[in-house]
Amino acid sequence: MSDPRIAGAGVTKFGEHPERTGRDLFAEAGLEALDASGVDRGDVDALYYGNFMGELAEHQGHQGPLMAETIGLEAPATRFEAACASAGAAVREAVTTLRNGEAEVIVVGGAERMTNIGTAAATDALAIAADDLFEVRAGMTFPGAYALMARSYFDQYGGTHEDLAHVAVKNHEHALVNDHAQIQKEIAVEDALEAPTIASPLGLYDSCPITDGAAAAVLTTAEYAAEHDLDAPVAITGTGQGGDNLALQDRPHLAQTPAADKAAEEAYGDAGVGPDDVDVAEVHDCFTIAEVLATESLGFFERGEGITAAREGITDRRGELPVNLSGGLKAKGHPVGATGVAQLATLAWLLDGSHPRADDVSDATVGVAHNAGGTVASTTVHVLEVAE
Amino acid sequence: MTESARDGEYDDWLDAIADGGGYYLECGNGHGWLPPRRVCPKCGDRDLAEEPLPDGGEIASHTTITVPTPQFEDDAPYVTAVVDFGPVSATGMVRGVDPEDVAIGSVVGVEVGERETTGDRAVVFRPR
Repeated sequence: MSDPRIAGAGVTKFGEHPERTGRDLFAEAGLEALDASGVDRGDVDALYYGNFMGELAEHQGHQGPLMAETIGLEAPATRFEAACASAGAAVREAVTTLRNGEAEVIVVGGAERMTNIGTAAATDALAIAADDLFEVRAGMTFPGAYALMARSYFDQYGGTHEDLAHVAVKNHEHALVNDHAQIQKEIAVEDALEAPTIASPLGLYDSCPITDGAAAAVLTTAEYAAEHDLDAPVAITGTGQGGDNLALQDRPHLAQTPAADKAAEEAYGDAGVGPDDVDVAEVHDCFTIAEVLATESLGFFERGEGITAAREGITDRRGELPVNLSGGLKAKGHPVGATGVAQLATLAWLLDGSHPRADDVSDATVGVAHNAGGTVASTTVHVLEVAE
Repeated sequence: MTESARDGEYDDWLDAIADGGGYYLECGNGHGWLPPRRVCPKCGDRDLAEEPLPDGGEIASHTTITVPTPQFEDDAPYVTAVVDFGPVSATGMVRGVDPEDVAIGSVVGVEVGERETTGDRAVVFRPR
C-alpha cells in the first residue's frame, strides 16, 4: 500500500470565538476540507477527531459521532485524546489504517473551544494534562511546567530569556500574512522581554494564546486519489509516536524531550529521510522553549544549540530551515485538539504552493510536523513529501 | 456534604511525610518512585519496597507562578520546584525563602503544608 495523500484541508480562523460552539467551528473546517478534497461524503470510511477539554469547556463528551454528523458523515467516528497532541494521534491512526487497507478515505480533524471559560478555568483545564497528584496539586500550570524546563535548559546548556524572545518575534512575523492566525501583530525583542511574567522566566510573549478553532483534512490512498482524479500532490510518508513519564519529576532530565526523539526517529525511518532532508517544519511551540526543545529532538540542532537558532536567523523564513511559517502556536494560536491537523494543513499548503508563506520555501519537497502533548509525554511526528 | 474520598496511597504518603517518616518506593533494580506504584515503569519489576526519603534534596528547577489555576488563586505568586532527592524527585511549593533567592542546587527539606486558597494539603519544601 502506498503512502496516504492529503486530498484537502480546512482550518477556521483561530482566535476568540466565544459565540461559536465547537460543533460550529468543526463544521466550518470539516466542510471546507471535504469540499477542497473533491471526495464524495459517502466514500468517507471514518472520522478520527482530536479534542482535549470538551467535557470541561462545553460539557460535551463523546464528540466523535457528534462531529461526524456535524459535517454530514454517517461513518464511524472516534475521538482521540492525547492532550495537545490529540489531533496528531488521530492523524497517525488514520495513516496506519489507510496503509493497512482497512479504509480508503478518512477525515481527520480536531476542535477546541477554550475562550468561553476564561483564562483561569482554561489554565485549570490545560493543567490536567499534567499529573494531578504530583504536579497539579503542587500548583503546576502549563506555563509553569515549561518554565521549569526553560530554567533547567539555561542551567544545563546556557541561553537566556532574550534568546527565547527571538523565537516569539520570528513566529509573530511569520503569522503576519496568515489570515487563519489569531495574532497578526509584529513584536520586538523588547516587547517580549518587558511583557508581564506568567511563570518565571517565561512571560506573556513566551506563551501561546488561549484559542478557539478547528482544523480538518481528508486523507486517502494514492490509489483512490488516482482513480477519482483527485488533486492530492502531498503524501504522508512517515509517522512516529513517542511517550514518556507523565510527570516531569519522573524523567532523568528536564531539558530534553525524549518522546519527541523517539517519534522523530520512527517517522524519519518510516519515510526514509533524515533531518538534513527537511525543508520546512511546523513544531509545537506552545511556549518559546518548546520550539527549541522540538528542533533539537527533530535532529536539526545538537543539544544546547537550538536556543540560538531563531536569534541567528536559521529558523526564520529567510533562513536555512524555516520553522513555523504559519506563526506557530505562538501567533497562529493553539486550539488544543485541532493543532496537530492544523500543522498538517499548513505543511500541505506550503508544499503544494497555496500557503501565503509558500514563496519562502518554493523548492520545498519535505516537511515535518511535530505535535506534543502535555510536557511532551506524548508526541507525534509526521513527514510529508511532495509525491507528484 | 459528602467528604471527598482519600486518594489511597498518595494520602498515606502525605501522612507519612507529615509524621516525619517520608518514604519512596524502590524496585529491585534501584529505580525510585513516589507512591502510588504497583510496578516500576522503567524495568517492570513489581517487587517495590519502601525506603526512607532522604532528609534533604536539591532544587533541580523552579518557577515563580503568577498566573495560577483557580485552586491556587490566593497563593500566587508562589514558587513551584522539582527537587532531586537522589533516588527520586518530587514536585512541590517552596516556602520560607524569598522567591528571588530560590536557586537551582539549593538544599531543601520536604513537609506537608496547606494551600492558602483551598486549605488542601500540599507538598512544601523549605530551605535546610
